[in-house]
Order: sequence, then structure tokens, then C-alpha cells
Amino acid sequence: MTGRRFDAMVIGGGLVGSAIAWGLRREGLSVALLDEGDAAFRASRGNFGLVWVQSKGLGAPWYQRWTRQSAESWPGLADDLAKQNGLSLGLSQPGGLHLCLSDREMNKRAERLEQMKREAGNYGFEYRMLDAREARDLLPGLGPAVVGASFTPYDGHVSPLALLRSRHQGFTALGGVYLPNVKITGIATAPRNFLLETNLGTIQAERAVLAAGLGNAKLAPHFGLKAPVRPQRGQVLVTERTRAALPMPTTTIRQTGEGSIMLGDSVEEVGFDTRQSQPVMAEIAHRAALCFPWIGRLNVVRAWSALRVMSPDGLPIYD
Amino acid sequence: MFRTRPDHRTETVQVIVEGRALMVPEGSSAAAAILLAGLASIRETAVSGSPRLPWCMMGICFDCLTEIDGVANRQACMVPVAVGMRIARQHGARDVPR
Repeated sequence: MTGRRFDAMVIGGGLVGSAIAWGLRREGLSVALLDEGDAAFRASRGNFGLVWVQSKGLGAPWYQRWTRQSAESWPGLADDLAKQNGLSLGLSQPGGLHLCLSDREMNKRAERLEQMKREAGNYGFEYRMLDAREARDLLPGLGPAVVGASFTPYDGHVSPLALLRSRHQGFTALGGVYLPNVKITGIATAPRNFLLETNLGTIQAERAVLAAGLGNAKLAPHFGLKAPVRPQRGQVLVTERTRAALPMPTTTIRQTGEGSIMLGDSVEEVGFDTRQSQPVMAEIAHRAALCFPWIGRLNVVRAWSALRVMSPDGLPIYD
Repeated sequence: MFRTRPDHRTETVQVIVEGRALMVPEGSSAAAAILLAGLASIRETAVSGSPRLPWCMMGICFDCLTEIDGVANRQACMVPVAVGMRIARQHGARDVPR
């Protein structure tokens, strides 16, 4: 196959890559969006789907502000995307709870959010620590093991799969070129001229965007950049669908628009190992059943693990 | 529309499908009993509410979700019949078992 030239190429077709590619295309550039195949780690498909604010940016007030502004932009984005292609993203931002199962967890949480508020300064940070009774008013069906919860009004959730689909549809509808199953075999860079050797032939562009998730760690040095990201494993369990039962998400439990209940938020440092492990799945299920005893009586119908794209300090990377 | 195969099977059990007593061959699945009952549907889907009957009969498609002996969302094709089993319509998503 002969070479192809674009104004810009975006390496990585996940949520970040497809968003950037869509934006560049909207500005009138010719854009190639390069995606890997089914062997990719695909954090965009495996993630939990929270639009979460309340625990983001401890010790990094600028990241806290950024997260808040990002969450505030969500309704406008969801409206824009829905207007373009009629796809609903299942966005809901009713606020969120972090449930605490012991006094120790409750105290730690209170300290954390107090620090968030302190660091927010004039920007402000609304939160409340709720006792068990107040939490139960917000989330009926909470179990007796729940000691209390923290609440912020900023939190919400969305369907990552619907978002990814909407982004891709929007990008190709604008005339963007989507290239799946790309294998990069060589990279050459010069000012305003980036060249990739791939299984589809050479692809050249004036601008290159690295949005390859965990793949960025290896790609970045070829472009004179550093992106020392590492995999961090999370596991997710999904129950059968039920009638609407959870009016707002918690840090670890959310009910999707279709009625499934997702349970997650484990953290493991196991490298590029995408297997699931029984002890972690059991712990996720156990905590969920302590939070909501009725969840313990539902059938689990799916489970998976996925790899977070984590920076050394957990904060965004600038270069 | 559905009939039992003509093989000679002497043992039958009585089950209740949507309140109606029905004799079905021993060892049948609850989904087979539903089909033999001749209903137009046994559930409505969780999101759009469209009517469904058992389909794949091998545990894959989840179109046979029904309430069996009071437990919602059971895959009828994966549950062997038992004497007196009660198979009932499932309306949309199940209730939360509080």
C-alpha cells in the first residue's frame, strides 16, 4: 500500500484519542485516527464510568480545579454529542457518595475532604460528612455496616461505551479517517513531518498526537517526550439488571441507565497482567454486600479486569 | 406451536406456568415448559419492554429470563423442571430484593 498524508495523526483510538481527533477534524484538519486491534488493553472499554470529583487532586489544587471544571463541562458535551448523532450517553450528575464501613474510614475520609476544601481556597469545595441516617435518606437500602459517607454535589456517571461509540461516529461523520488494526513498525520524526511505518503502509502527518494510553510509555521517547505511565489493575463485577434502585453513584457502586449494577474500584500493581483474581473479586462483592445487603442477593453476570493508565504520582503529566 | 417429541417418555411432572397446570416430560427445562404452554411471551425486556419467549435454549441469549419459584431473572433454559415448579412472567427488570 502506498503512503498516506494527513494534517494530523492521532495514535490511539480510545476516549482521549477519539476526542482529540474529533476536535482537530472539526477545526478543518485532515485527520487519521490510528487504533490498535483487539489485543490492545483498552482502558476506554474496561473503565468503570464515573465522572468523579470528590477525591481527585488531594495535594494538587490545580488538578482539583481542573477536575471540577471538566465535570461542569459534561452536560454541554453530552448535549452536543446527542444533537450530532442522537446517541444518549446515559450521563447523570446527581452528586455522589463515598461510603465508610468503620469509624476509622470515616475519620480518614473527613480529613481528606477537609484538606481538599482547604486547598481549594477561594474556588470553594462543597462537601458534607453524613451520618448513617442521613446517608440512608439519600440511598435507601444501605446496610447496617455503613457508618457514614461523604457527599459532594459534583459527582456523576456516564456510559463509557456509549461515549466511545458516539465519539467515533462523530469523527467519521465529519470525514475523519479511522484506521483500526494498525501495527507501527517504524517511527521517523522531523520538524512538522512525522512518518510512521505500519502494516497499512506509511502514514505521514505534520502533527502527531500520542493518545495510546499505556502504549505512550514506549512511543513517547521516539518523539522526544517522556510519558512514564504504568498499568494499575482494576477489577469490575456486573450484576443482572434491576429496576432503578440507586439514585446516585458511590465511589465503588453505580447503577447504569439500563439497570445493571457495577461494582469495582480495586487497585493492584501487577504489571501488564489482565487476569482476574478470586480474592479481589470476593472482596469487591463482600464490600458491596456490606454496603447494600440486597446486592448480595443479585446474580453477577459479567466480570473483567482492566488496566488504568497511571502516572508515577497519580497526577496528570505535563511536558 | 410447540409439541413434545414423539419419543416414548413415560415420566412426566406437573408444573405451573403463569398459573396454569401443565404436564411436561421429566428432565425438560423450564424454558421447554414455557414453550409447551403456548404463551405469546414470558417476559418483557428490561429497557424497551418488548415481549420475549425462550430462544437459544442453551444459556446464551438470556431471552428466557423468568421468575421461577419466586426468584426473578432465572434463565429458564438452564433450570430443569421439578414437581410443582411455578414459572411466572417477568415484567421488565427485576425488583430489588430488599
